[in-house]
Amino acid sequence: MSKYKTHEYDVLIIGSGGAGLRAAIAAKEKGAKTAIVCKCLLGKAHTVMAEGGIAAAMGSLDPDNWQTHFQNTMFGGKYVNDWRMTEIHSKESPDRVRELEQWGAVFDRTKDGKMLQRSFGGHTYRRLVHVGDRTGHEMIRALQDKVVSMGIDIYMEFMISHLLLDDGRIAGAFGFFKDTGKFVVFNSKSVILATGGMGKIWRITTNSWDNTADGISLAYFAGAELKDMEFVQFHPTGMVWPLGVKGLLVTEAVRGDGGLLTNNKGERFMEKYDPKLMELSTRDLVARAINQEVREGRGTEHGGVYLNISHKPSAYVKKKLPSMYDQFLEFADLDITKQPMEVGPTCHYMMGGVSVDPQTQMSTTDGLFAIGEIAAGLHGANRLGGNSLSDLIVFGRRAGSAAADYAKGMKSLPIIDQKEIDEHKDWLFSFFETKSDCPPSLVHTKLQDIMERDVGLIRDDEGLKKVLSDLDSLSQQYKNTYLEGNLQYNFGWHIAISLKFMLITAKIVSRASLERKESRGALYRKDFPKAEEEWGGKSVVIKNKDGNMSVSTVPIQPMPSNLEDYIKKEKEEWLNKQK
Amino acid sequence: MAEQTKVKFLVFRGTEEDNTLKEYTIDFVEGMVVLDAMLEIQAKYASDLGIRCNCKAAKCGSCTAEVNGMPRLMCKTRLSSLPVDKPIVIRPLKAFPLIKDLVSDISWNYEVNRKITPFTPKEDCDWRIYQDDVDRVQEFRKCIECFLCQSTCHVLRTHDKKDSYFGPRFLVRLAGLIMHPLDSIDRTEHVKEQAGIEYCNITGCCSEVCPEKIKITDNAIIPLKERTVSRYYDPLISIFRYFFRKKK
Ligand SMILES: Cc1cc2nc3c(=O)[nH]c(=O)nc-3n(C[C@H](O)[C@H](O)[C@H](O)COP(=O)(O)OP(=O)(O)OC[C@H]3O[C@@H](n4cnc5c(N)ncnc54)[C@H](O)[C@@H]3O)c2cc1C
Ligand code: SF4
Ligand code: SF4
Ligand code: FES
Repeated sequence: MSKYKTHEYDVLIIGSGGAGLRAAIAAKEKGAKTAIVCKCLLGKAHTVMAEGGIAAAMGSLDPDNWQTHFQNTMFGGKYVNDWRMTEIHSKESPDRVRELEQWGAVFDRTKDGKMLQRSFGGHTYRRLVHVGDRTGHEMIRALQDKVVSMGIDIYMEFMISHLLLDDGRIAGAFGFFKDTGKFVVFNSKSVILATGGMGKIWRITTNSWDNTADGISLAYFAGAELKDMEFVQFHPTGMVWPLGVKGLLVTEAVRGDGGLLTNNKGERFMEKYDPKLMELSTRDLVARAINQEVREGRGTEHGGVYLNISHKPSAYVKKKLPSMYDQFLEFADLDITKQPMEVGPTCHYMMGGVSVDPQTQMSTTDGLFAIGEIAAGLHGANRLGGNSLSDLIVFGRRAGSAAADYAKGMKSLPIIDQKEIDEHKDWLFSFFETKSDCPPSLVHTKLQDIMERDVGLIRDDEGLKKVLSDLDSLSQQYKNTYLEGNLQYNFGWHIAISLKFMLITAKIVSRASLERKESRGALYRKDFPKAEEEWGGKSVVIKNKDGNMSVSTVPIQPMPSNLEDYIKKEKEEWLNKQK
Repeated sequence: MAEQTKVKFLVFRGTEEDNTLKEYTIDFVEGMVVLDAMLEIQAKYASDLGIRCNCKAAKCGSCTAEVNGMPRLMCKTRLSSLPVDKPIVIRPLKAFPLIKDLVSDISWNYEVNRKITPFTPKEDCDWRIYQDDVDRVQEFRKCIECFLCQSTCHVLRTHDKKDSYFGPRFLVRLAGLIMHPLDSIDRTEHVKEQAGIEYCNITGCCSEVCPEKIKITDNAIIPLKERTVSRYYDPLISIFRYFFRKKK
């Protein structure tokens, strides 16, 4: 018998964002004993912040089809996507969106009563199903209501700090309730990671406080392979002012609905960078364009560029972009129906993550699955707006169902190693015993300084190497972090634990960026400014091998010719431009 | 305001049994919100501060507290909107049991939510829904479940009628379901018997604190009361109708 309270499950899902909730529904439908744990309150995961919409080829307004969605996603990802995942995603998204509607989501409508879809960067057709600019919130509510009505067990404000293994296979997870600090063991046949992103490693970010790279690091220490970690998306339009909200997202829907970008000379500068798509070019391109305008002295007072929607009727702006209207009025005393916004790049999304099987989302660690932002593959080197929300529901469903099947195939529960838990628990307590003058928030600030400096939009060999040595010394300092108080709802303690996750993930991102000697999608290397054909055929993978970080490349499987046909022409044109 | 460089806060620290209002002073930065100030206090002076925050963008409804006695989202309350020449008092929500510092136990709300039958679509519908028919429903679905309205409503806050009244948040949810053109369930009895709509005496305080500016009383509660009154008798709504509807 364990000395800790132990719960037994077939499927344990970590995270209550769109991905985690959708997986829970699928696992429960298959009859698996299912639980969700999340360190936030139910209904408050980062997904609630998603604004613009869910990309799915529903064709409400335009003659859209999965092939075009596939083609757009591959082009956006600069052809290093897991094409099998991209294919599944393009085909299955519409059904998953319809399901949301059947569970109570109320999306904006077309005149003839269908789901309205809006334009977004990189999508050929109007494709994003949405509700004003609060689409993620709508998704979460629909899924949350469904999960609650199915009677799925939910442990909220519960932080997982360690994954448990039984002979290399997943055995469960360990963590504590934030309100009491009580430790609990989850003994589970399968575990699904749905822990979202890692934006909090950077200072200027759109991400929620929960996005501290926990899952990446948990998977890494559980021996799972990570992939594409060099590809971090910087959204071109974050607020640059006031300081307190620097980084806060200005949804791409502003541009989708007609917003124009100009520099301090009043020029629509996108003409120089992408005359065809202009404001609706891919995010990497727009972000670097803004960066260049500002660097070359054509920026605004607060170091951004102007984004203007005030030429549209005021009622239209308020109806289509209500939260943007409020956000600027509340935080910047600015009326976007009358004045231009000031915007600049902000850390937004990780394309990389846990390397998974495209059908089941199982990682290279048996019984450990990964979905949503924490899974790699679908988005390649750069994600198109709207493709994350559909990713969550398509692969959430697949993983929930596959994990339930996997659990069925196991006769008994895996065995929990008590010694492993005790050691981990000692570490959790260790912060309270250290004597130093370094609080966790200071380490966090230093980490963010390092990442902003050299692991941003533009990287190179020299900067990345400096980051690695700086991270080493910061990790030493981290060992001496001290904490006040006790285990009860202690914000500092939670940061201290997450810092372990963030520090290792920062290193992983830097090592991966150093390895890929080219520029592709979201990764721009100043010392290798072009995409190289040879790199188009492989992915950088990172794995924990006996305590050492191993970095290598693996070839991408060639695409079958029927799929290749959809993308061939565009790919060749793009490759030619690189020469 | 321009010369203000330091701001003083009195922050509730501790548990139900053992607590104080502790004073902290921070540097004022243009555009700062209360949550920035609390995070700075946490970083510099009170590493173990108990506080909830996720989105920092007024979208998740986590960072609730009472700022100078008003239930607010800390991430949406700018210091420039407060009288910063005096110390600003930050306390946890009053209507719910305390966990620690600014964190209160809001689990009761989740229990209430579970009592509501989710959206149940009519059979064989073609899923054509017209915008005009869902404008109102979408207003209700904007709710970010911050529970500020719950903490404000005197039925819950002062009279602690948690055993008989669902509170404004869940009347909003019920109104969203009832007005959904494709929902198939008759919820009138539920609204009266379980949700306890009669406890609401239309003071409108809930609407005033709603960060999503949902017109809770006018658009959700009163129409629901009208529906119940057409089946059951509610003295208040009859009076309300008599005085207000006549004027139009
Ligand atoms: C401002 C903004 C706008 C966006 N708009 C769009 C859009 O319009 N369209 C689109 O497609 N995408 C959009 N995105 C991206 C999209 O929102 C995210 O990629 C997506 O929501 C991630 O969902 P998820 O389910 O993977 O994880 P999340 O929603 O991030 O959820 C992670 C969950 O894991 C939990 N968790 C994390 N660590 C632990 C731990 N150690 N223990 C326990 N629980 C843990 C968290 O509490 C949370 O419940 C946007 C992103 C942002 C920031
Ligand atoms: S209007 Fe009703 S629900 Fe709102 S605060 Fe007053 S009594 Fe409570
Ligand atoms: S109705 Fe308004 S105040 Fe009440 S919980 Fe919802 S968003 Fe908060
Ligand atoms: S932190 Fe999300 S509402 Fe304030």
